[in-house]
Amino acid sequence: MALTYRGVMVIGEQRGGELHPVTYELLARGRVLADKLSEELSCVVLGHEIERFAEGIIQRGADIVYIVDNPALRHFLPRPYAAALTRLAKEAKPEIILAAATTQGRTIMPLIAARLDTGLTADCTGLDIDPLDRLLLQTRPAIGGNVMATIKTPTSRPQMATVRPKSAKPNSADKTREGLVVLKTYEDNIFATCEELIDFVKDTTQDVNVQDADIVVAGGKGLKTRDNFRMIEELASLLGAAVGASRDVVDLGWVGYPHQIGLSGKTVSPKLYIAIGLSGSVQHLAGMQTSETVVAINKDEDAQIFKVADFGIVGDLFDVVPELTEKLKEKKNGECVRKG
Amino acid sequence: MSIYVLLKQVPGTSDVKMDEETGTMIRTEHKNVINPLDENALSEAIRIKGAKPEVKVTAISMGPPHAQKALREAIALGADEAVLMSHRGFSGSDTLATSKALAKALMTLAGGRLGKDDLVLCGERATDGETGQVGPMVSAILDVPVVTYVRKIVLKDHYIEAERVVEEGLELIRTSLPAVVTVVKDINQPGFPTLSGKLRAKSKEIPILTPLDLGLSQEDVGLQGSPTRVVKVFRPRLSRDTIMQKQDSSCVAVDSLMSFLEERGII
Repeated sequence: MALTYRGVMVIGEQRGGELHPVTYELLARGRVLADKLSEELSCVVLGHEIERFAEGIIQRGADIVYIVDNPALRHFLPRPYAAALTRLAKEAKPEIILAAATTQGRTIMPLIAARLDTGLTADCTGLDIDPLDRLLLQTRPAIGGNVMATIKTPTSRPQMATVRPKSAKPNSADKTREGLVVLKTYEDNIFATCEELIDFVKDTTQDVNVQDADIVVAGGKGLKTRDNFRMIEELASLLGAAVGASRDVVDLGWVGYPHQIGLSGKTVSPKLYIAIGLSGSVQHLAGMQTSETVVAINKDEDAQIFKVADFGIVGDLFDVVPELTEKLKEKKNGECVRKG
Repeated sequence: MSIYVLLKQVPGTSDVKMDEETGTMIRTEHKNVINPLDENALSEAIRIKGAKPEVKVTAISMGPPHAQKALREAIALGADEAVLMSHRGFSGSDTLATSKALAKALMTLAGGRLGKDDLVLCGERATDGETGQVGPMVSAILDVPVVTYVRKIVLKDHYIEAERVVEEGLELIRTSLPAVVTVVKDINQPGFPTLSGKLRAKSKEIPILTPLDLGLSQEDVGLQGSPTRVVKVFRPRLSRDTIMQKQDSSCVAVDSLMSFLEERGII
C-alpha cells in the first residue's frame, strides 16, 4: 500500500488573503525530507484569487503548487478546507503531509487525518527520514517539554504532522527555480457547510504576535504591580519585541491570555527571549526553552529560569531594567545621529 | 438538548518540580486532576444549563479506573450524568484511536446519532499530551462542525455563535448544531462544587463502558487501533552554558549584557 504514496506535501497557510510566512518554514522542512527521499515536494494553498502565491512558493522550494481556488475558501473554515484537502490528498497521494501548528493547522490536520484514517503527530520540533525504512521521524516535546518523543506512523498513509512555527528557517528565494502550478477547481458542493465567519476583530492590544516575534520580552510576578509591568512593555516596544508573560501575571490580569507563554499558553522560539522577574516554572520553560538566545533577569540566583538562560543577571530588576532600557535608548539615538 | 463534555484526567502540575541534575519532572505528589481546559468546558456546560434547566450535561472520560474520581468531581460541579470508558483494551490508544472510541461512545449515549441541538465540549488541549487533536478528530468522525479555540459561546435556536481566538484576533463563527466546540481558558472561571453536588457525587452510579459495549473490536482500540508509535524517548539538552552576572552594580551587568547581545548580532 505504502508504495503508491509518494512525495511530500505541505499545506501553505493563507490568512486574510495573504500567504503567511510560516508557509516558507514548512517548505524548508519539506524540501529536506523530499530530498532525502528523492521525491517531489508539493505545496497546496487554499483561498480565492491566490494564484499569485505560486511563484514565491516555487522559489522557496516547491516542485508542484496546487492552488485550490473557490470563493468559499476565502476565509479559513474547517469543513470546506478539510473537504478540499482530503480530496486532494486522495488524488495526489503524498506519503507525508505537513502543516503549521497554528490555529488553522492544528484544527484542519486532525480533520484530514480522521477522514483518511491515518496517524497525526502534533507540534513537531524535529522531522527527519529514517534511512533504514524511509519512514518519517516526528519529534515533539512530551510530558511538559522535559522529554522529547520520536514518533513514527509505520503503516498508515499519509504520515501527517504539524510543525511548530519558528522551529525552522525558511530557505531564501531562488528565482531560478522552476515548478508546476496546478489549478484545482472542485465543484462547489464539496464546500457546502453550515459554518460561517460572521466577523473578524483584529487584536489591537497586540502590536506584535508573540509567536511571530523575533524578540519576546516576558515579565513575571517579580514586577509586583500592573503599573510596574509597563517597564516590560516599554522595553519591548524599544526592541520591536512582543510582550510575553508568565501564567501568574495573566491570572492577575496585567496582560491578556494571548501573551501567556508556557504549557497552557503559547510556545515561542524567538531569536531573543528576555525573562524578567520570572522564576521559570516547568510549565513556562516548556513554552520558551527552544528560543535561540535566552536572557534572564532575576534576584534569586537559584531561579530555574537561569538553567535555560545564555545570559543571566542576578539582581534587582527595578535597577537592571531601567538601566537596560536607558542604554538601549542611547544606542538607538546614537545610531540615529550617525545615520543623520 | 444534551451537552456532552469530554474530560481527561491528567497529572496535577501544581506540585511539579524539576530535577536539577537530570532536567526531568518530579511529581512531589501523585495527584490527578481534571484537565484544566476540560474543567472550563464543563463549567461552560453548567453555565448553559443554568440558563436552560432542561439541558442535560453528561461528562465522558476514557481512562484507567481511577479516572472515575475526575467524573465524580464533574458530578459535584454540576454534571447530571457521567460515563467512564475503561478497559485495558483502550490503553495505549493514540489520538485517532481515542477519538474513534469517544465518537462511538457519543453515538451510543445519544441513541445512534447526536440530536439536532446537541453540543460536545472539551478543552482545546490536555496538559499532558498537548496535542489538541481529539476534539477536531471526534467532530470529523461524527461528521459535525467543529469550532476550536473558543472563548465565548452564545446559544441560539439550533445554532451557536462562538468567539474563536486566533493568532491575529478574534473570529466570530456561526455554526449549526450539533457541533463540537473546543474551549480556551478565557471562556470562564471554573466554579466550585456545591454541597448537594458533592452529596450526589458520592452516591452517583458511574457506568463503565468497554470496547465491547461500544461495538469496537480489539483492532479498533489501544495500540492496535493506533496508527502512530512512539519509537524513542530522550532528554533534550536543557542547560545552556550560562554567563552569570552577579555584580552589585547593575551598570556593569547591563554593559556586559549589551556587549553580549551585540556580539550575537541581536541588537
